[in-house]
Amino acid sequence: MAWFRKEKKPRAPRTERLEIPPDVWEKCEACGHTDIREKFIRSFNVCPACDFHRRIRAVEYARLLFDENSWTETETDIRSVDPLQFPDYAARVKKARGVADYDAILTAHGTMAEMPVGIGIMDFAFMGGSMGSVVGEKISRLAQRSLEKKHPLIVISASGGARMQEGVLSLMQMAKVSAVLSQLAERRIPYVSILTNPTTGGVSASFAMLGDAILAEPGAVIGFAGPRVIKQTLGQDLPEGFQTAEFLLDHGMVDAVVHRRDLKATVGRLLRHMSGKPAVAGWTTA
Amino acid sequence: MASTPTLEFEKPISELEKQIDELKKLAGDQRIRVEDEIAPLEKKLSALRQEVYRNLTPLQRLLVARSPRRPFTLDYIRLCFTDFIELAGDRLFREDAAIVGGWARLEGETVMVIGHQRGRDTKENLRRNFGMPHPEGYRKALRLMKLAEKFHVPVFTLIDTPGAWAGLGAEERGQAAAIARNLFEMSQLQVPLVATVIGEGGSGGALALGVADRVLMMENAVYSVITAEGCAAILWKDGKSIEMRERAASALKITAPELHDLKVIDEIIPEPVGGAHTNHEASAAALQEALIRNLEDLRKLKPDKLVRRRREKYLKMGQWAE
Ligand SMILES: [Zn+2]
Repeated sequence: MAWFRKEKKPRAPRTERLEIPPDVWEKCEACGHTDIREKFIRSFNVCPACDFHRRIRAVEYARLLFDENSWTETETDIRSVDPLQFPDYAARVKKARGVADYDAILTAHGTMAEMPVGIGIMDFAFMGGSMGSVVGEKISRLAQRSLEKKHPLIVISASGGARMQEGVLSLMQMAKVSAVLSQLAERRIPYVSILTNPTTGGVSASFAMLGDAILAEPGAVIGFAGPRVIKQTLGQDLPEGFQTAEFLLDHGMVDAVVHRRDLKATVGRLLRHMSGKPAVAGWTTA
Repeated sequence: MASTPTLEFEKPISELEKQIDELKKLAGDQRIRVEDEIAPLEKKLSALRQEVYRNLTPLQRLLVARSPRRPFTLDYIRLCFTDFIELAGDRLFREDAAIVGGWARLEGETVMVIGHQRGRDTKENLRRNFGMPHPEGYRKALRLMKLAEKFHVPVFTLIDTPGAWAGLGAEERGQAAAIARNLFEMSQLQVPLVATVIGEGGSGGALALGVADRVLMMENAVYSVITAEGCAAILWKDGKSIEMRERAASALKITAPELHDLKVIDEIIPEPVGGAHTNHEASAAALQEALIRNLEDLRKLKPDKLVRRRREKYLKMGQWAE
């Protein structure tokens, strides 16, 4: 399969690094490892030294999951309004639209491993990936498209929770998306949820935790109450590794923690199982 | 309830109440006729209550909604329903007393009632975790809803919680998944569902009992995505001062009339003048009337139509431009 890439073993940093101009270097936020940017990009922005999964943008996930040139963005005209006339909200949205014009989620359809799918990808860069009416409506339309076409649905979460500037309307998006997912379930259309860093608050307590399969990226913080709030309530430090993807796996809350390089193959295999399609040779040994 | 602190804006009311009580006591002790003196005072009290309660700010409403003197879930169950049998436990981990539920009768007909339960004193609040559920609470609630569905019995939920519990155990045992599962299942439950916010409707912990065919709200109840304190702390780095809490409470649009305008709730249930805490019986009577009336409408619908309408209602939620 053309989309399938073999794992590249990270090599030791090259010694000739001083000859390369300084702006092509990238430093890992987690371990301090410095490497040429190209190498970070080639490894899906996972640190070649420590496997730290750096935050990537929605478009990068789209390129990672969809087959090359197969995808089209949907619902590009829908934008947030200021239903409560909330202080500073309109200005903040305006500013955020400079970062991403698709609000906190990019929705698209295309093919993944040659299967038609709809994918929603949250973008933390847009107001912390907060879920307001637009996020709810875009997922809902994407899911309805899946209902009509009988295509699997994939949602990648990255969110601090509900967008408080839209008040209870943002809380209601949790109910809205859960309602449309129940329709998908009724029609036996597979839904895979992928949790990235962070997936907390209202997003975690709705579609993120409702997947037929729930996958998480290594090290992602996942939980309902944010770690800071819990720390404040308890007045003590949280245990090491609390609310990480690995912690959730241990506690039975996710199906698997999946390295970014294996994400596409894993989702592809899951969807083929759940859609009654035969296995594809070569996929099982990632 | 004598130890319950009076809300600041209610002080003139409680002072007048005290004056009237003293006069009555005096009359009782000394057999003096005081009706002539009491009557105008009571008239004044009623006018004052009306005046104060007509002009409540959103923050004041929030404080009223949180008052331990208000009727709680078990009070409404006692006053609106008969033949209540509490059912405990989620069958998975343990019993969570922050949510209560069980079979009851409304006008003689069997129904399922489920609600958050706060405590009136420290001991009860510790047992009930101030009405903040753990995952077990949501899972018990879902178990009871599925039980009601099995026997074709309608479900009433009563919402009264500051929110989900921010603790280690609650996270470890998957409160996000538990809340999500309730939203999912409630959106397709095959029996009528009527939710009422009776006090504070705090975020996901409230919504976990809040997906329904009809969502009602007591007049002085509030419903919010985040507490006014939490919102003010995040946005303005000050969750304590009255000024900032007031600003957040009014910005978040948490009161019943505001939420009715936003089409998030379907009906506002009037409380007695001076708030539900001044007269539990009258509040319960108003709630009971609304529950009976709403159920009557929903009973006419076949399950598939009921679910379709419920889903359609939620699919419309939100505001955006395109
Ligand atoms: Zn690293």
